[in-house]
Amino acid sequence: MPDQVFFALEVMVNGLMVGVMYALVALGFVLIFKASGIFNYAQGVMALFAALTLVGIQQGQVPFAHLINAIFGTDIHHFGWQVPALLAIVLTVLVMIGLAVLIERIVLKHLVNQEPIILFMATIGLAYFLEGVGDLMWGSDIKVMDVGLPQGISDSIDRATFDWFGYGFFIDRLDIAASIIAALLVAALIVFSQYTREGRALRAVADDHQAALSVGISLRFIWVLVWSIAGFVALVAGIMWGAKSGVQFSLSLIALKALPVLMLGGFTSIPGAIVGGLIIGMGEKLFEFIVGPLVGGATENWFAYVLALLFLVFRPQGLFGEKIIERV
Amino acid sequence: MTRLTTLALGAALAAGPALADLVFPDLSYRTGPYAAGGIPFSDGYQDYFALVNARDGGIGGVPARVVECETAYNTEKGVECYEATKGEGALVYQPLSTGITYQLIPKVQADGIPLHTMGYGRTSAANGEVFSHVFNYPANYWDAASVAISYLSGENGGDLTGKKITLLYHNSAYGKEPIRTLEELAAKHGYELTTIAVDHPGQEQGSQWLRIRRERPDYVIMWGWGVMNQVAIQEAANIRFPMENFIGNWWAGAEHDVTPAGAAANGYKSLNMNRVVDYPVFDDIRTYVVEAGNAAGDGSNVGSVLYTRGMYAAMLAVEAAKTAQEIHGVADIDAGMMRDGMEALEMTAAKMEALGMPGIGPEFSVTCQNHGGSGLGLVQQWDAAAGTWTPLTDFIAPDDAVIDPLIAADSEAFAAENGITPGCAES
Repeated sequence: MPDQVFFALEVMVNGLMVGVMYALVALGFVLIFKASGIFNYAQGVMALFAALTLVGIQQGQVPFAHLINAIFGTDIHHFGWQVPALLAIVLTVLVMIGLAVLIERIVLKHLVNQEPIILFMATIGLAYFLEGVGDLMWGSDIKVMDVGLPQGISDSIDRATFDWFGYGFFIDRLDIAASIIAALLVAALIVFSQYTREGRALRAVADDHQAALSVGISLRFIWVLVWSIAGFVALVAGIMWGAKSGVQFSLSLIALKALPVLMLGGFTSIPGAIVGGLIIGMGEKLFEFIVGPLVGGATENWFAYVLALLFLVFRPQGLFGEKIIERV
Repeated sequence: MTRLTTLALGAALAAGPALADLVFPDLSYRTGPYAAGGIPFSDGYQDYFALVNARDGGIGGVPARVVECETAYNTEKGVECYEATKGEGALVYQPLSTGITYQLIPKVQADGIPLHTMGYGRTSAANGEVFSHVFNYPANYWDAASVAISYLSGENGGDLTGKKITLLYHNSAYGKEPIRTLEELAAKHGYELTTIAVDHPGQEQGSQWLRIRRERPDYVIMWGWGVMNQVAIQEAANIRFPMENFIGNWWAGAEHDVTPAGAAANGYKSLNMNRVVDYPVFDDIRTYVVEAGNAAGDGSNVGSVLYTRGMYAAMLAVEAAKTAQEIHGVADIDAGMMRDGMEALEMTAAKMEALGMPGIGPEFSVTCQNHGGSGLGLVQQWDAAAGTWTPLTDFIAPDDAVIDPLIAADSEAFAAENGITPGCAES
């Protein structure tokens, strides 16, 4: 086969890998939408906030140091210790659970039975608030994400593909790690929702709010639970994307990459988020490879949405979404 | 002479009524995806004015006042900031955004307020006969492209024939600026140019770097900003592209661009329009501004690449204001006088040394015909172990034989489109 075909294959495989990274972000949206019907605009900012918190804890940074120094005239920035990555991840998960509790207590509790658009607006407010708080807590400088993830070309795949095809494939070891972690995450979510009492309660609420409430399931507990899980998923996405670019404001924009994934895969399906991510990732990379050079490149951002729109036209609920039937 | 004038101005100030502040708006971006670059530049810009106030009692005895307005690197917000602040007696705008610059050019020409776009913005604004109120000294994008090619030519014994050079650019007005120049230079030097665009913000560049890995260019020149820079350097490391053959422009060569990639960024090169060393003026800033609690930031970025550039921009503004005061014989200058000062600005080695920043930039003189300065730039290299940029060259001159006709053609087209008759404005 000519090099061009191998290159297209390489682009495709890399597209699938990137698709997994998109799916990681989309998963957080799906979890919250499925359980509560809320489109969480703040999911991208939650990924940024989680990553900032992780690095801040790891580096022993004093939260709100600038604010403290400005008010009290002190000059403190660091506690003077380094926290091991695993412990820092656990502590960050606790912070995200605390955040979920606060969101439920301060925002969601007061908006029960409100229109979905009101809840959506609330998450817009939440996004900007979290963005500001993240900035105040940890500063706006670019931080290095170092939790020991591998990065760079996989030499073994490069060598193996070269031996087989005479063409060495580039696969980033970070993308391989992301794929494995995403698979584990999805498996854990499935086990949780199928085999635990809380998971079954969550599915019950997702299926029918009123029926779930009538059998004594606490909606408030479910909201805290689902926002905590979404916070954990946001942390995983923040780690993966933060390792690529450093932890900085732009991390919050990865949510834009999740939207076409959701449109395509459906807002209520975890497998949909994964399959949608894979299709978007592969589709945009192949389109850039084939058509990009003819139109000046930089097609990925808009093509992902065009692809999602095409799916929407034929299947409005997305590939795996639930068809909404309203009887009058 | 300068000292005498300053003394005379001081005497006039003492005898006369209280003067208003000299207003320098700072269209900064401390939020949004480009904040990491916007913050140190703005800190340097503001701290220098604070230093001049605290140490020298202002400019010619008149305090400088910085009016900060947050643009988030958003063009619409930038225009709003301009409209909101121009009524305060703004003397000169420094928006640090090519997108905002393009929108402000017709406005500043109409309002008579000068615009300084140092090393960014519309390159052909160097023609002061068309762009009477726009200045882009000491260098512009086309200078940068030319300096990069001159450097690479020098690396190859003066011959780039047959070499493959890829331009990786931010898909915006900013990123597209050097393409024409690089094409012209390709025709002259015989290298093969490929351009690859990266969409805003540049968080994902997998396909671009797969293409680079496949096409194996000899060099990659990067016109990036914000997260695009950090991701590109990491991706270059991922595909093991030799860092010494990867050169960013001067907006892709700050500390935060390279630190996320860690040791893998070692050897990465970038252009710079100003030297980054430990200048004596930093001691003054620490003493008079940071320790006095008047710094724009927490003082931690004093001396960094973009802080130094912001300070350099403020210094050029202050020197232009002093020149305007000398020309017009008044301390309380307005925007029109400031424009005259900018057009008569002369930066000499002696002046820079006296200001505590010896050799920070090249010597240059601004004239009506040339608002762009000398166009010199240097090449620096990142030493990851030391965490410092090391200058590899002295200031390199751009290829004016290629650039000047491009500037003339583009500015004349602008003049024709906008009904401008080229010529020197009367002071």
